[in-house]
Amino acid sequence: MKNYLKRILLLTSVLLFIFDAGVLAEQRLQVPLAYAPDAGKTLTRSPGKVRVDLETKEVTGRLADGVEYNFWTFGGTVPGPIIRIVEGDEVEFHLNNHPSSKMPHNIDLHAVTGPGGGAAASLTAPGHTSTFSFKALSAGLYVYHCATAPVGMHIANGMYGLILVEPEGGLPPVDREFYVVQSDFYTKGKYGQEGLQPFSMEKAIDEHADYVVFNGSVGAMVGDNAVRAKVGETVRLFIGNGGPNLVSSFHVIGEIFDTVYTEGGILPNQKNVQSTLIPAGGSAIVEFKVEVPGTLILVDHSIFRAFNKGAIAMIKVEGEDNSTVYSGKQADTIYLPEGGAIQEVLVASEESLTPMSHQERLSRGQRLYEQNCAACHQMEGQGIVGVFPPLASSDYLMEDLERAIGIVINGLEGEIIVNGERYNNIMPSQRLTDSDIANVIGYISNAWGNEGRLYSAPEVATIRASLKSH
Amino acid sequence: MKLIWGKLFALIGVLIALVMNPQSVSGRELIKIPPGSYQSAYRNEGDPVQVQVDGFLMDALPVTNDQFFNFVKDDQRWRRSARNDLLADSHYLSHWKGDLDPAGPNHYLDSPVTNVSWFAAVEYCRSRGKRLPTINEWEYAASAGLTTLEGSGELGFNQYVLEWYSRPAPPVLPAVGNSARNFFGIGDMHGLIWEWVLDFNSILVSGESRGDGGLERELFCGAGAIRSANVNDYPAFMRFGLRSSLQARYTVNNLGFRCAADLLGSGINEND
Repeated sequence: MKNYLKRILLLTSVLLFIFDAGVLAEQRLQVPLAYAPDAGKTLTRSPGKVRVDLETKEVTGRLADGVEYNFWTFGGTVPGPIIRIVEGDEVEFHLNNHPSSKMPHNIDLHAVTGPGGGAAASLTAPGHTSTFSFKALSAGLYVYHCATAPVGMHIANGMYGLILVEPEGGLPPVDREFYVVQSDFYTKGKYGQEGLQPFSMEKAIDEHADYVVFNGSVGAMVGDNAVRAKVGETVRLFIGNGGPNLVSSFHVIGEIFDTVYTEGGILPNQKNVQSTLIPAGGSAIVEFKVEVPGTLILVDHSIFRAFNKGAIAMIKVEGEDNSTVYSGKQADTIYLPEGGAIQEVLVASEESLTPMSHQERLSRGQRLYEQNCAACHQMEGQGIVGVFPPLASSDYLMEDLERAIGIVINGLEGEIIVNGERYNNIMPSQRLTDSDIANVIGYISNAWGNEGRLYSAPEVATIRASLKSH
Repeated sequence: MKLIWGKLFALIGVLIALVMNPQSVSGRELIKIPPGSYQSAYRNEGDPVQVQVDGFLMDALPVTNDQFFNFVKDDQRWRRSARNDLLADSHYLSHWKGDLDPAGPNHYLDSPVTNVSWFAAVEYCRSRGKRLPTINEWEYAASAGLTTLEGSGELGFNQYVLEWYSRPAPPVLPAVGNSARNFFGIGDMHGLIWEWVLDFNSILVSGESRGDGGLERELFCGAGAIRSANVNDYPAFMRFGLRSSLQARYTVNNLGFRCAADLLGSGINEND
């Protein structure tokens, strides 16, 4: 009899064990994370039980060339990865705070309905993990961010990203999807000042941004890092704005948004839009078919942010010309709401106290070029045909470098012919020191196949003086 | 002649240092903190802006690996091998090479001990006839600048503190006592580690830091600014944020502690 009982007990416990193991082994689908500008894959599955693992990590990284910053991140990058789930998913969310972190962190997902959007359940000490669960009730493109005190500083240091809750069956298919997040940074030094730049609380409170960037740093998505598409393809951008402060006037130079899902809602509610507002802590989905080859430039059309603070990204479109859509050769007159006078750009710069080597001068010149010139003349000096003249293999530049120095000092207005192409535009005068001008001209005249000599600061001073006396 | 003057000055310097701070030679002294007040970042409704703090004694520097090693050598209940999961999580002393080998690649023996739970810190201090400082004692001691009682009034003080909080943890934790002592003669309150306090969980910032103004605890944090004495005291918010994320059994890579004691009847054991 005793044996019989024992057997029952054993059997029961075995059954319990199997049942228990079954519960533990319950298959939760791990949600893959995609890092900007990669937007991950469209989801065709039906809603179910899924699991998200996201790590918070503090890293030192590049904010601009020569400028480093102590970023606080989700997933080690700014922005954090895009999380794609399906409406109706039951999500078990694991927030892992890396042991090397100095700060506690948490996460507020705007896709979550409940206290703090998850923040109330996820405050996590360094080296620990918090777990909470939510159901994705509403489809849409949502921001997530850290909400630990002081919230503003956690966001200002880079803690944001997007979570896309797709409607069941997915969004309509397109050829390309990209993930871009705009944000603003506040540093002790001004824009471009080299070295490791600490966070400036004063500037953040005053909302005086030094940097406004796409995908976490100046030039994160330009030149070789630009994303690519082919003529005839339809592109969808998931655009977020991490803030912490600025509202984006998001615009793509050379495109019209065929469709906009305003503010990241799930309704394609507007057609033929030029610029769309993206609130801090908000998003938008835009779609457009690319018709002609060339470079499309993403900007915050609060335009000084684009040309002076870094808010530029690029999509390179390859394929056949279509001269009906865009001829590329016609001269345009320029509309100048601020009048025709040449304007001055204030870019002060610290003089170097020690003499620089040849190589130091060229790399200093390169930084100056990327900060002050590349927005128009482009990163590789190729310019934009008919609008901004090229500097790479430019006959106009190389036939008279002293004239080029004069143009940097005083600006230039009116028609010129460069490599057989007509340009009629205005270049503002650049307020740079003589040695910076010598360095930037030195870089330009020795980059991209150009070969010229290096001018010295006193030579630039002489040219400056002779310009004044005329 | 010059030499003599130089020596005289040096002698006077040493004498002054001894008079001001008679135990400074050991570098492990207890400092007497006079009674005073500080401006708390958090306060309950009706609380005064300035929090009054009685006089107390406080370790000049955080407890080091070396000192903590002496403690676990004597009390095997607090060795890593005897860890009780209720009293310390699995990171406890994980940076040490062994149970009784406090060396490791990412710290020095005189670096502050980290990866210790609140329970372990409390027990260490008790074994030395001391206790952990309270939040008010710690914050009051930390509010002093280098040359004046109120650090926030000193140029660059807040920025210095803020910059440490912003930087990722260094690969190798520096030794204690390398930074300038503050007005009270206490070192490393900022710029090295977080520190346990006795009542770390008595003022809780909820995880949802922006809503704390509306909680029954009536505390403020972050954007609400309702009951904050100073919305710009970011370093204090961060300390309160960290404390709120902790449980007493938690251990953290850059969280250590120092001890304090009452002015009277403390019966301090000065051997450590």
